[in-house]
Amino acid sequence: MTWLAWRQFRTQAAVVFGALAVLAVIVIITGLQLRHWYDTSGIRTCSAVNDCDTATSAFTQHYKWLQTLLGSVLILFLPAVTGVFWGAPLIAREFDTGTYRLAWTQSVTRTRWLGAKIAVVGAASVAASAVLTWLVTWWSTPFDLISQNKFDPTIFSERDIAPIGYAAFAFAFGLTAGLLIRRSLPAMAATLVGYIAARLVVLAWIRPHFAAPLHATAALQPPGPGSKLVRPPGDSLTRPGAWIVSSQITDPSGHAVNRIAVHPDDPCVATRTCLTGYHQTISYQPANRYWPFQWYETALFTGVAVILIGLCFWWITGHHLRPTRRITTASAQPTTPQATAPASVR
Amino acid sequence: MIEFHLDARSGVSPYRQIVDQVRRALRLGLLDEGDQLPTVKDVVGQLAINPNTVLKAYKELEHAGLVAARPGVGTFVTATLRDASVVAHGPLRRDLTRWLAKARRAGLDEESIEALFRDAFRASVEQDIA
Amino acid sequence: MSTVLQADGLGKRYRRNWALTDCTLRIPSDRVVGLVGPNGAGKSTLLNLAVGLLTPTCGRIDVLGARPARGPAELAKVGFMAQETPTYSGLSVADHLRMGAHLNPSWDRRFAADRIAQLGLDPRQPAGKLSSGQRAQLALTVAVAKRPQLLVLDEPVASLDPLARRQFLQGLMEVVAEQGVSVVLSSHLIADLERVCDHLIVLVASRVRLAGDVEHLLATHHLLTGPRHDRLPADMQVITASHTDRQTTLLVRTEQPILDPSWAVEPVGLEDLVLAYLEPDSHDHGRPGHLIGVPR
Repeated sequence: MTWLAWRQFRTQAAVVFGALAVLAVIVIITGLQLRHWYDTSGIRTCSAVNDCDTATSAFTQHYKWLQTLLGSVLILFLPAVTGVFWGAPLIAREFDTGTYRLAWTQSVTRTRWLGAKIAVVGAASVAASAVLTWLVTWWSTPFDLISQNKFDPTIFSERDIAPIGYAAFAFAFGLTAGLLIRRSLPAMAATLVGYIAARLVVLAWIRPHFAAPLHATAALQPPGPGSKLVRPPGDSLTRPGAWIVSSQITDPSGHAVNRIAVHPDDPCVATRTCLTGYHQTISYQPANRYWPFQWYETALFTGVAVILIGLCFWWITGHHLRPTRRITTASAQPTTPQATAPASVR
Repeated sequence: MIEFHLDARSGVSPYRQIVDQVRRALRLGLLDEGDQLPTVKDVVGQLAINPNTVLKAYKELEHAGLVAARPGVGTFVTATLRDASVVAHGPLRRDLTRWLAKARRAGLDEESIEALFRDAFRASVEQDIA
Repeated sequence: MSTVLQADGLGKRYRRNWALTDCTLRIPSDRVVGLVGPNGAGKSTLLNLAVGLLTPTCGRIDVLGARPARGPAELAKVGFMAQETPTYSGLSVADHLRMGAHLNPSWDRRFAADRIAQLGLDPRQPAGKLSSGQRAQLALTVAVAKRPQLLVLDEPVASLDPLARRQFLQGLMEVVAEQGVSVVLSSHLIADLERVCDHLIVLVASRVRLAGDVEHLLATHHLLTGPRHDRLPADMQVITASHTDRQTTLLVRTEQPILDPSWAVEPVGLEDLVLAYLEPDSHDHGRPGHLIGVPR
């Protein structure tokens, strides 16, 4: 059965893994180059803020197009792509073409049939995202060291192990959609919608609460001499690499405000006291929670994937159908006694 | 080895047609003692009929003592229906062909020829009985 | 005599429609069974239930003594060809045979390869590029090469041209002669089945109207013509009746010889017999003597 599952899948696998191989070559070559530049750029050893600023902004210009491609595009799409194009049609296609009638009347049970397909295609889906994620994380290391914002919601979703969970979930969701809807195109559409919805829900409402956020408050400082910018104290309240979940400015009476209106003729301008009494309150996840959160997120998506796959096995063995009521031959008087002549004498 | 043909429209059941064709072959000398009848597989592969039909026909022929089945080998002819009269077949056939040519020259079409023959045949049979 | 298929009160419902109603059958082994009926009568439903692709809504069905598709051993004993002959269009002929070998422990490689060669199929050709007749032959090979005890074929020749149809039936009969396998095949045309079937089931509007060995059916059905009778004979079962002002024609079913001299008795051909049972007004069960008028 594994042979059949692989034989049906091999072209699609070749396309994606072939593309990944090409990408890997590009990534490794440019990544090594970046690391070399990073080592020789003096960013490691800089101490004065201005020197650091120049060096880092020069560095981040390298391979801008590849930064976007790797960082934002590919890894955003790949789990969805494998879920929609590999997961959803896996069973739905067999219903579309009627080939399930051929497959389910060979000498293998439906459980083994489904299991082999999941083992081959599901493993490939997860492996593809794992490989891509590793490539992206390795390549982006210099940039991440500079910007220190791996915990930022979008970047968090594209590093380390989280995308592996997404890939598993997208595949399982697609598989379930294909099994229940039984038509490829609607199942693919449902998978895309479901995946996006799940990702957004987790991002907005669940991930911030994996652990209770910490809080910090600081008074707003007036801008330094010669500068017009107000640097939010949040940056210095938390150590670099933290994830600021929410941020609120309160006025002297404690009410939350969105803007502070200052007229140029106000008396406070001269005395630089316009910001007195204003505080910023932030809730944040400290940087040291990055890795636990990666595990939580991956476990959440993978756990749901496992549940969905279990549901598929339960569904496909027909347990959802009403069990047959046995009619004993004594009670069932055939109503067509003449028409159904029992085994006639030859 | 003879070959069977099936007339699906004749109203005669397929197994009967096979029996008749074997008997006719035996009569005409097309099948001799020791000859093998076509295997059931070959017959159904050519005619697309149920193998039980062929088996039934062969069984009836075996019952009539004309053939015998050898398990694993095939079905073989054990007796003929040929009699001494077969030597007369040749000249009789020639006479018949000549008569048919004469009938056609006289302007009879196929239907008339057949009707004429059947009529005369039936009359002669009745005469024999009477 | 053993039965290959046994159904008791079998029924299947989709949403609100009953596709199969109260189906009770005993199909003996070593037969080629024809399942005939109009489109939508429930033939596919019955066959899909027999191979375990559907589960009954009520009643039960046993195939070769067990619930269909209960496990690999039961699956191995039944070969199936679905309607429209689904095949994996991207896989080649040889790939289909490899699939069969991988998925069926009882697969006979030699037989499958020989059959494909004998049919003249190119092993490397994708199944999607085969003609419908070739695809049917490929599907039959896949169903048969695992040496099943029962073959279930759902309208196998429906979309084939006459030559392909004949070749398919020839091949099928060869397999039956060689392997002694029982066959159940369905069609909405009786002409397809007349040559090959020795047991017949007529299915109309989700119900079984007639079932029995062809020989027995032909021996017990008679066409009676005679002067107009308004009261029908009480001692035999009338299937259809038609009247002109002078004449009555009846199709009857009886095991007894017909002794009434007022009737001229003729045998009925299989096609006419089936057509009579396909008529919606035909009387397939009930007390003999009941009058049915079908004025023509």
